[in-house]
Amino acid sequence: MTEISESAPIDAAQSGGEGRKLNVSTQTYLYVSLLIVAGIVIVPLLTTALGGFKTLPDLRGSPFGLPEHWQWSNYTDILMSKRYWLQMGNSLLIAVFTVFLTIVFSACAAFCFAHIRFFGSEYLLNYFLIGLMFPAATAILPLYIRIRDLGLLDTYWGVILPQVAFGLGMSILLFRNYFRNLPQELFDAAFVDGCGYIGFFWHVTMPLSRPIIATVGIIAFVQSWNSYIIPLIMLNSENRYPWPLGIMVYKGEFATEWQLVLAFITLTILPTIIAFFVAQKHIIAGLTAGAVKS
Amino acid sequence: MFPTVPGDFADANGKTRMTTTDSILPPPVGPAPKMRRRRSLAHTKWPVVILFMPPALLIFTVLVILPMGEAAWYSFFHWNGYGEPSKWVDFRNYKLIFKNSAFTKALINNGLIIITSILIQLPLALWLATMVTRKIKGALFFRLIFFLPYVLADVAAGMIWRFVYDGDFGLVAGIFHFFGAQPPFLLANADTAMPAILAVIVWKYFGFHMMLFIAGLQAIDKSILEAADIDGATGWQKFRLVTLPMLGSTVRLSVFFAVIGSLQLFDMIMPLTGGGPANSTQTMVTFLYNFGVTRMQVGFGSAVGVILFIICVTLAFSYKRIFMKND
Repeated sequence: MTEISESAPIDAAQSGGEGRKLNVSTQTYLYVSLLIVAGIVIVPLLTTALGGFKTLPDLRGSPFGLPEHWQWSNYTDILMSKRYWLQMGNSLLIAVFTVFLTIVFSACAAFCFAHIRFFGSEYLLNYFLIGLMFPAATAILPLYIRIRDLGLLDTYWGVILPQVAFGLGMSILLFRNYFRNLPQELFDAAFVDGCGYIGFFWHVTMPLSRPIIATVGIIAFVQSWNSYIIPLIMLNSENRYPWPLGIMVYKGEFATEWQLVLAFITLTILPTIIAFFVAQKHIIAGLTAGAVKS
Repeated sequence: MFPTVPGDFADANGKTRMTTTDSILPPPVGPAPKMRRRRSLAHTKWPVVILFMPPALLIFTVLVILPMGEAAWYSFFHWNGYGEPSKWVDFRNYKLIFKNSAFTKALINNGLIIITSILIQLPLALWLATMVTRKIKGALFFRLIFFLPYVLADVAAGMIWRFVYDGDFGLVAGIFHFFGAQPPFLLANADTAMPAILAVIVWKYFGFHMMLFIAGLQAIDKSILEAADIDGATGWQKFRLVTLPMLGSTVRLSVFFAVIGSLQLFDMIMPLTGGGPANSTQTMVTFLYNFGVTRMQVGFGSAVGVILFIICVTLAFSYKRIFMKND
């Protein structure tokens, strides 16, 4: 399970097929089944987006149909509001720092594990892999007390650092496997040329590691962007809330005004959906990499 | 949230030893460079480790390992989190947890999630994977659509389905109105809330499992299926006798993620029900949050964390040992 060379990344675009032409009845069966399932996936998302354009009585009368009168103001009011952009900005800021620190810390540590034999390296690697065994929730109360004692409660760092810490195990594993599979000849050649470890890391390993940096970066970004429990516990001020917390607050404020809540949900998940369709190949490969490569 | 993988915790030892040795041994060249290499390595080895290792090691120790150890320590105290923990209560927190009916309910719900994943989500994912790996137009489009819910945040998915299930404005209400019936409030009823949540879980995660199965299917050697064709096997026979046995490792992986994912489920429950009504939809983590964190019962909450930790580690280790030893 440790070897990445054995399993290619999952590529959604790669076509399969058994080669034979399918007859009409099989095709009908396939398309009908696929369309029904696709409908079940899409309809809740579509009605959420459409619901944001409705008035409340309209929503009550026909939750499925098109809006009677398109209430653009539901959306524009949110887009004009400071809170939407603030929450998006908070999420982005936290995610960018989480991604950056995760990549730097885990690439450095993984480089040592992949190329240097030093006393206790195996124990140290297993030590990091303990982090894969349990979710952040198990230690959330002592973590809260630790962050409080460090004076980081209600700061961005109080969210970023625990997220980085809990992402390290998987990232180190992915990086180490990738580094170890780089051709050994590179390493030998570099050393004959008098290149040290740090030079090798900077001039050879890193430039060759773009795919794995992308993978680790995507995993860390999506996790951070969607993360809920750590910010929920570490942050108190609403002006530092990332968007998943923001949705909950918004729903609390506009409890029964579903049309506004739906517009808000739509606008918050819109960046995810756009990014997914733009970079679907990389996102699918990245998000499934942890599963097949570790 | 992405499921954590206890990966190769068990087998990392052997492989590390093997390859680190490889990379340190000089290549088979003349004796002179060998000497030079060894000396230069000895000079540069430790500075790199000392420079590269501490950031990761420090943050990981302080924010992952120490809190876990502290959870074990705090779990023996009655403590509200202020000052020093001083009121030692032995195993009282653990006794209270196991006497708490909400915790029992949470355990049952986590079990239900695992059973649903295995009996409904896994066959669904496999069925869809076999369809979208065939040569049909739009296969890629369907794959993307099916994977889309997995990319969305749990909180957003939960909120969307809270709307779907809403008895006044939701889609379910719309369907009931269409048939002229009184719409139910699925999430407000202790009998229907958990099945409703199970449906959302399948909706959210089947795409991820489908991708695993697509990878598994693509790894199967096409010539075996062609051989079965020549032998006159029907589609169903090919699936049952050739494809399915060869997907064994993928099935085991998929079940593994279902188990791990179920034990962490929290984000999606909060917008849907928050664990209610009457604790009917608690999971282990929502129980920890509702009874430990919101009431600032550090001892009690830590004890729940310790139990969750033990369950995670035991399940992961024994599952790996029993089912995945050959994968």
